[in-house]
Amino acid sequence: MLKIENLHAEIDGTQILNGLTLEVGAGEVHAIMGPNGAGKSTLAYVLGGRPGYEVTAGSVTFKGQDLLELEPHERAAAGMFLGFQYPVEIPGVSNVQFLREALNSQRKARGEEPLTGGEFLKLAKDKAGLLKLDMDMLKRHVNVGFSGGEKKRAEMVQMGILDPVLAVLDETDSGLDIDALRVVGEGINAIMRAPDKGVLLITHYQRLLDYVKPDYVHVLSKGRIVKTGDADLAKRLEAEGYEAVAA
Amino acid sequence: MNATTTLPTRKDEAWRYSAVEALDGVDLDAWRAIDVAAGETFRECLTIEDGPGTGASELRRLRVTLGAGARCELFAVIAAAELGRIEVEVRLAEGAHFELGGVTLGGRETVREFVTRVVHAEPGATSNQVVRAVHWGRGTGNFLGNIDVVRDAQQTDAAQSFKGLLLEKGASVNAVPQLEIFADDVKCAHGASVGQMDEMARYYMAARGLSPELSRRLLVQAFIGDAFVALDDEGERERMMAIALAKLDKHL
Repeated sequence: MLKIENLHAEIDGTQILNGLTLEVGAGEVHAIMGPNGAGKSTLAYVLGGRPGYEVTAGSVTFKGQDLLELEPHERAAAGMFLGFQYPVEIPGVSNVQFLREALNSQRKARGEEPLTGGEFLKLAKDKAGLLKLDMDMLKRHVNVGFSGGEKKRAEMVQMGILDPVLAVLDETDSGLDIDALRVVGEGINAIMRAPDKGVLLITHYQRLLDYVKPDYVHVLSKGRIVKTGDADLAKRLEAEGYEAVAA
Repeated sequence: MNATTTLPTRKDEAWRYSAVEALDGVDLDAWRAIDVAAGETFRECLTIEDGPGTGASELRRLRVTLGAGARCELFAVIAAAELGRIEVEVRLAEGAHFELGGVTLGGRETVREFVTRVVHAEPGATSNQVVRAVHWGRGTGNFLGNIDVVRDAQQTDAAQSFKGLLLEKGASVNAVPQLEIFADDVKCAHGASVGQMDEMARYYMAARGLSPELSRRLLVQAFIGDAFVALDDEGERERMMAIALAKLDKHL
């Protein structure tokens, strides 16, 4: 589904990714762990096509097409969802309006019929319920006045509504308390655990992996994958630290 | 016919950022009088739009007199003419209220502006003016707002808010708030800011599938929405918003 080969990328002339290779197959959950500055968020942004992140070598294919050739909104329509570490506030635009426009833009790009207002609200209600987010929150402006935990929960509601094929989640667990972590973890499972979907879970800590059990765990260091294992690798990292395990 | 009217120049304070050269042939004495009797409410939605009759300059000059406890609500979109200008002079009697929600949009070398003079002539009157300006190309948006509070007009509450959004390099906005206050127990607030589109917000929207055009449209809609918050008529609010956004869609 997602194939990253020898990926090199830089920001403002500083090389961050140095030959990263990784393949995510359908039905798989991959966790990427690594110390601060390893390039985790850069990987997420490069996959999401954020301006300023320049790919200098390597390739990324998503469902057989060259991902790097697509504009950010085309990547979303192709089925990729980027969960932000710091979800952005958009004053004046309600979640409902934003997500309905987003979903219908994606549907249009895929040649599907748009959802009516009523159909959309029903869908939004279902997904908000799944993530235990009050429907009133969705009537408010995008992320404005949301706590850190609410923002992350709202991200997962967005993911549920947009129903992507591949989710790249950048530290979705940061800023969550224990209960919210469980809700978000269960949300990821409910939305993304399917034979035709894939997840790339970027995280600092093993905690989230108690709820979303990864099939593969990769250690990212200095812009490349230095070790790959199963869920036990995450536990070893938590116990012994990156230096000891990935050295 | 008054052919002797001399045209203003940019040295005149009220025309400082205007496109005075576009004024040729315009009747500057055409002031429309709006008298609102005590306790009555007057509301109007004004637009300066592209159309077959649109001239190089389009002026609307209003002189509003509000009786005690009367209310005047003006909402306006200026989206056409080389010089599109709405001027409002308002005189408020005791306890009256004046509300202005204005939007200017434009590109090329156009100038679109609101010029207001609000006189709080008696105690306890309130006024609220919200102007949002969205410009591109070498377009200019102006808000020149005078507020006069006379000596006896205690408990006046007057507010002015201006925000400019520049979509391209070369566009500009000017805000000139002028407050003259001769009473001591009054509230007068004014704020002005200018900025560009929030690129992080646009990227976030793109990551959810919105095209660059659609994300810009939504952000502009949110930005100018402030000017219509006080318009208590959903149909009119939507109509005004549609006129503003159509201008944006046509040119960007």
